[in-house]
Amino acid sequence: MLLIILRRLGQSVFVLFLVAFISFMIFRYVGNPVDNLLGQEATVEQRDALIEALGLNDPLHEQYLDFVTRAVQFDFGNSYRGALPVADMILERLPATLELAIVSALFAMILGTLLGIYTAIRRNGLLANFIMSSSLIGVSLPTFLIGVLLIWLFAVELGWLPSFGRGETVQLGFWSTSLLTVSGLKSLVLPAITLGLYQMTLIMRLVRAEMLEVLRQDFIRFARARGLSERVVYFSHALKNTLVPVITVAGLQLGSIVAFAIITETVFQWPGVGLMFINAVFFVDIPVMSAYLLLVGTLFVVINLIVDLLYLAIDPRIRDGQLRRKSR
Amino acid sequence: MISEKRFLRRFQESDFLHDFKRSPVTIVSFAVVVVLFLLAVFAEFVAPTNPFDVGSLNLMNGFTPPMQPNAFTGEVFPLGADDQGRDLLSAIIFGLRVSLFVGLTAVILAMVLGVSLGLLAGYRGGWVDSLIMRAADIQVTFPSILIAMLIFGVARGLLPPSMRNELAISVLIISIGLSEWVPFARTVRGTTLVEKEKEYVQAARLIGLSSGQIMLRHILPNVLSPVLVIATITLALAIIAEATLSFLGVGAPPTEPSLGTLIRIGQDFLFSGEWWILFFPAATLLALSLSVNLLGDWLRDILNPRLK
Amino acid sequence: MTDSILSVRNLRVVIPHRHGKLVAIDNISFHIQRGEIIGFVGESGAGKSMTGAAIIGLIDPPGYIERGEIWLDNLRIDQSVRGDASLIRGKRISMVFQDPLTSLNPLRTIGDQLMETILTHLPVSAEAARKKAIAGLEEVDIDPSRFGAYPHEFSGGMRQRVVIALALCAEPELIIADEPTTALDVSVQAQVLDLLKRLCRERGASVMLITHDMGVIAETTDRVAVLYAGRLAEIGPTQTLLSNPKHPYTRGLIASTPSVESGDIGTHLFQIRGTMPRLDALPPGCRFHPRCEQIMARCRSEQPEVAKNGAACFLYEDD
Repeated sequence: MLLIILRRLGQSVFVLFLVAFISFMIFRYVGNPVDNLLGQEATVEQRDALIEALGLNDPLHEQYLDFVTRAVQFDFGNSYRGALPVADMILERLPATLELAIVSALFAMILGTLLGIYTAIRRNGLLANFIMSSSLIGVSLPTFLIGVLLIWLFAVELGWLPSFGRGETVQLGFWSTSLLTVSGLKSLVLPAITLGLYQMTLIMRLVRAEMLEVLRQDFIRFARARGLSERVVYFSHALKNTLVPVITVAGLQLGSIVAFAIITETVFQWPGVGLMFINAVFFVDIPVMSAYLLLVGTLFVVINLIVDLLYLAIDPRIRDGQLRRKSR
Repeated sequence: MISEKRFLRRFQESDFLHDFKRSPVTIVSFAVVVVLFLLAVFAEFVAPTNPFDVGSLNLMNGFTPPMQPNAFTGEVFPLGADDQGRDLLSAIIFGLRVSLFVGLTAVILAMVLGVSLGLLAGYRGGWVDSLIMRAADIQVTFPSILIAMLIFGVARGLLPPSMRNELAISVLIISIGLSEWVPFARTVRGTTLVEKEKEYVQAARLIGLSSGQIMLRHILPNVLSPVLVIATITLALAIIAEATLSFLGVGAPPTEPSLGTLIRIGQDFLFSGEWWILFFPAATLLALSLSVNLLGDWLRDILNPRLK
Repeated sequence: MTDSILSVRNLRVVIPHRHGKLVAIDNISFHIQRGEIIGFVGESGAGKSMTGAAIIGLIDPPGYIERGEIWLDNLRIDQSVRGDASLIRGKRISMVFQDPLTSLNPLRTIGDQLMETILTHLPVSAEAARKKAIAGLEEVDIDPSRFGAYPHEFSGGMRQRVVIALALCAEPELIIADEPTTALDVSVQAQVLDLLKRLCRERGASVMLITHDMGVIAETTDRVAVLYAGRLAEIGPTQTLLSNPKHPYTRGLIASTPSVESGDIGTHLFQIRGTMPRLDALPPGCRFHPRCEQIMARCRSEQPEVAKNGAACFLYEDD
């Protein structure tokens, strides 16, 4: 068991270094720090001096190490646009993204699980079929389109909710939150739904499929044969067995919420790190791009690791080495 | 050799056509996809105007609502005109072409890359296999749209500013294509591993056929069915990816807009009441995306005997 | 008749599907006496498991009972809705399945699953239920200290004993055992069967033992019913049927069972020629006629009913 954990950790560390390496390569070779800092009119001597000062002539592995060391200390260099330290930019905008992501994730998980269970139990019911058909639309609709359509309906036509921005925020130390104001909460609704809808449909379909699969199993049949009521069969037996694989996939999906936040933030002009990233791509602001990729990449690796370890903890068969985890 | 007449009869009597005909939803999806596809291919002939000919645009036509004659010029636009006086119907048809072109090409790229790597990994085994599969595992840890954005951003950074708009479409295709190769590779590798042990492969080896020939002519045909299923799924994903990237401003440029770009433009005019600039491109994208998804779902159900 | 605990009359179970209806069980009637062990034997697909499922009300959809009656004592049970049926299921009739590994929820301890069943059917406190559960384990020769263990920690034979404990804990009057020993080692089979037999005799419960193994039938049952393609071929006391089988199919079955005593070693194994027909390709008339050595003209067009001597065959119609 310990061996499995260590191997898994090792894998994660390897991928982390890979992510850092790619991030570093982008930073060093796609970016043009000299031109950006000095402009076009610099003399050759000035350029050489700067190159030396920035350590751009040092051997590659030294530069890489330097990059990583600085990254760990949250020094990502300065943005090409406005020369602000990238780290400060990220810190300022991170709370916005995280609040949005967490609220969306909760929405997706709770509603998705409930609907998934319902459509599995009431398999052939009218409402269940309707929900399943609508879910197909949820999966085919691009996230940005959902956002735009929601804006049109609720902000433009009905005027109930704001169409951009975060509303008023309250500063708690270094964290600015929009959860404590009415305008903040109102501004959160549409973006949270937009961001969470795709995940919700995915989770719902997954829960339904898993539940149906579990309900087909012999031990459910035996439970019924023992006279246990339908309610007990569903909630006491089927549910726990269903949620085990669902947790893994749901966890992985939550990681992608952070990535998809880029889209939602753009639609709603939500001042988070996603919007920051897309602007960086558009304006070819390399330090920002590289830093964002490093952070998000690390996030994904960590999430994957946690989910894998969680799976190990939950299923007693794996704990005792009886079963090899089904890879999805 | 099966004569064509017999093949046609077998097709007509097959389960394939039987299931297709019984599902009205599938027929409609198929029809929609075909219509949209034809519109895109024959854009020049179908569209009333050429929206990119700057000279033909009349700014006075700007903001004309659908089916109403313009106050100044008296021209009528079936789906309205945008802020520049462009006929929206034409813009949508050409935008459809860009969307479909990018989507299809990206899928083909992903398929060629994925299938080749899959065949290689499965057939050669050893370190080649490990390398390719490890790379696949790592890539799959991250969402493909992020990878597409990464590739696009890097490519953009490497190009001089003047070329960025020109090559945007090509870069877009490469970004999306490179982000979607993994499912192809994994499936093909699996099938290759199985087929590799079969007798006809051993026989081919004995005759002296090279690995390349064996992979291409013998193993590949057996792999086509699952590859087709994955291709339809990937097409739907590619279309959405392209629309998303274009909407975000890091895809098809306004000079050669796709449906996503048009929607981005349309969003700006929502509050001022010119709803049609958003609505029609959005509706077209929705129709396209939904139909491709439904068709893909149906194809998957048909081709996957296990689920029957 | 006065002492029968279960009475099945003219039972007909069908499975609808795309192109029509498959008849899984066609007009079967029989009784099960109180305290008897009756075996149901036949090839795979003959309908034995389906009969058991019909009795306990667990036919997999879309299959359903099209016609017939099932009586438990003087209560008619074939029409109960799924919800009502749980007053019977587990309490008065219980069922044991073939694979003990998949019969138990892998994520819950066996003690947990025992207590749950007890508390569902008997109006006792949690404390009393726990005591009963432990007693149940002891009855099936499992160490009570394993109360908190998970299913995968047991061997196949022990798991099946846990399953039996679960089936018996609410004191049912009829136990349907569907191939209870097929998934077990031969050496363990005898143990499990003995256990089942002993426990049921002690409680006066009846057992419907479904199996394809004639050896198990010979060792364990009082009466036996032979099923073929959804119909009863023969039914009667075990010893009589084994020593003097009447239906040609039964004769074939017994002849094809290898036995050490009858000097079968070194000789060819007897086989009934042909195979049992699939449900979508049932022959007209007597279902067995294409394979029968003693076929007569009417066998091709008419279906025989079970005669007084227990065999459904035109050879005995006039007895």
